[in-house]
Amino acid sequence: MEHKVAHDWRLRGQRYRLEGEVCEHCGNKIFPPRDICPECHQPAKKPYTLSGRGEVYSFSTLSSAPEGFEAYAPYTVALIKLAEGPMLTAQLTDVAPNEVTIGMPVEMVTRRIRTQGEDGVITYGYKFRPALVAHAQ
Amino acid sequence: MNNGHIMHSQRPVGIVGYGSYIPMYRITNAEIARVWGHESGPIKEKAVAGLDEDTITIAIEAARNALVRAAIAPEELRAVWVGSESPPYAVKPSATIVAEALGATPYLLAGDMQFACKAGTEALQAALGLVGSGMGDYALAIGADTAQGRPGDELEFTAASGGTALIVGPAEAALAVCRGSLSYVTDTPDFWRRAHEQYPRHGGRFTGEPGYFHHIQAAAEVILEEMGLQAADFAYAVFHQPNVKFPMRAGGRLGFTKQQLAPGMVSNTIGNTYAGAAITGFAATLDVANPGDRILLASFGSGAGSDAFVWEVTEAIKERQSRAPKVADYIRRRAEIDYALYARYRGKLAM
Repeated sequence: MEHKVAHDWRLRGQRYRLEGEVCEHCGNKIFPPRDICPECHQPAKKPYTLSGRGEVYSFSTLSSAPEGFEAYAPYTVALIKLAEGPMLTAQLTDVAPNEVTIGMPVEMVTRRIRTQGEDGVITYGYKFRPALVAHAQ
Repeated sequence: MNNGHIMHSQRPVGIVGYGSYIPMYRITNAEIARVWGHESGPIKEKAVAGLDEDTITIAIEAARNALVRAAIAPEELRAVWVGSESPPYAVKPSATIVAEALGATPYLLAGDMQFACKAGTEALQAALGLVGSGMGDYALAIGADTAQGRPGDELEFTAASGGTALIVGPAEAALAVCRGSLSYVTDTPDFWRRAHEQYPRHGGRFTGEPGYFHHIQAAAEVILEEMGLQAADFAYAVFHQPNVKFPMRAGGRLGFTKQQLAPGMVSNTIGNTYAGAAITGFAATLDVANPGDRILLASFGSGAGSDAFVWEVTEAIKERQSRAPKVADYIRRRAEIDYALYARYRGKLAM
């Protein structure tokens, strides 16, 4: 449990606010941060906060959820293509599984991801929901 | 310079950004009444937080909307204060999580305020003081709640989820300048929740006249009198709204018309968002306000007290209104749930 707390704490920048990196050599936006640009393979350590806007690239609905996520089932996990380029995997929220479509505009929100029991830490992080106000891609 | 009861800051201050958040789920009063065998309830419907929402997630989205409207960098905030009666942790500040999510850490004050339904305006008063003294240029005050009513209790018809964030800054950058504020507080046992209890209790006859009406009217009457203003001098007025009847009656006694109250009356469609209630009405009013409009805001918190503010809307309002979703956008985003789903979403089922 304590290992998990420290792990989540280290990731709070990317989990809470989509803090990634920008490559100063080729301008590529990187998420999650990995300190090396996957495009040009140069060091890339400059923090860059992504807008959180993107669209559903692909998705899958889980009826049998892993431990800690049972209460949310059924829920949809999607590959999100962010407006700045990176692709990430995230849970969708505020949407019924049968309303999700490929290409659907979505935006990042910070929500409860899971809790470590009744007395443990609450983990917050990004999820994506259908865009509240239409935005240009 | 200050002989009365109104508080004035050393330098002029105002609201530079505001933002709200309301969860998408709704349960109607008709549905609650059906389950408990009542004929009807005091409002149409209330907003219900989803399974992955709480006071902190509500505060984060409201604050992000306020930051977009203010167009300042989060690092410029010198305080993040979250007022709530439903913090997810009994010990551990909601405000540090909110500040981290905004990117405002680490050089700022961060803490939680507790004063039932006026915790949000308590934070707002403190923010006016911090910025008004020159200790910082920007401070964020939030009122947010996922309020709980005991199943079958009359509070269950209205206890709702939602919140609003207000960024206080120098008057020259403000969309609404604060012309004066006042607080009126007494020890009144109208509503409380003991430690480790899930649901609050209310002191029946203390709820109306000795609680809500006495404190709101005292605060509003004194601020109007000491500033030499009358109801007719205002474009709008917003009062704490545990239902529709109370703010309408308080407004009427103070001389305000239905039209002056209309834009800020959101309780009929979202319920009582407790620490978020008065300021979400204020945000809905700012959504439609015009330069030059004067707005009276008076909150109420059980226990008990009222914070009253006189605002003057500036030229900056028009451009900032459309930078983020409005209260009406969130009210329109609506998914109706029945009592069974509501009981599941709000953790009312013991398994």
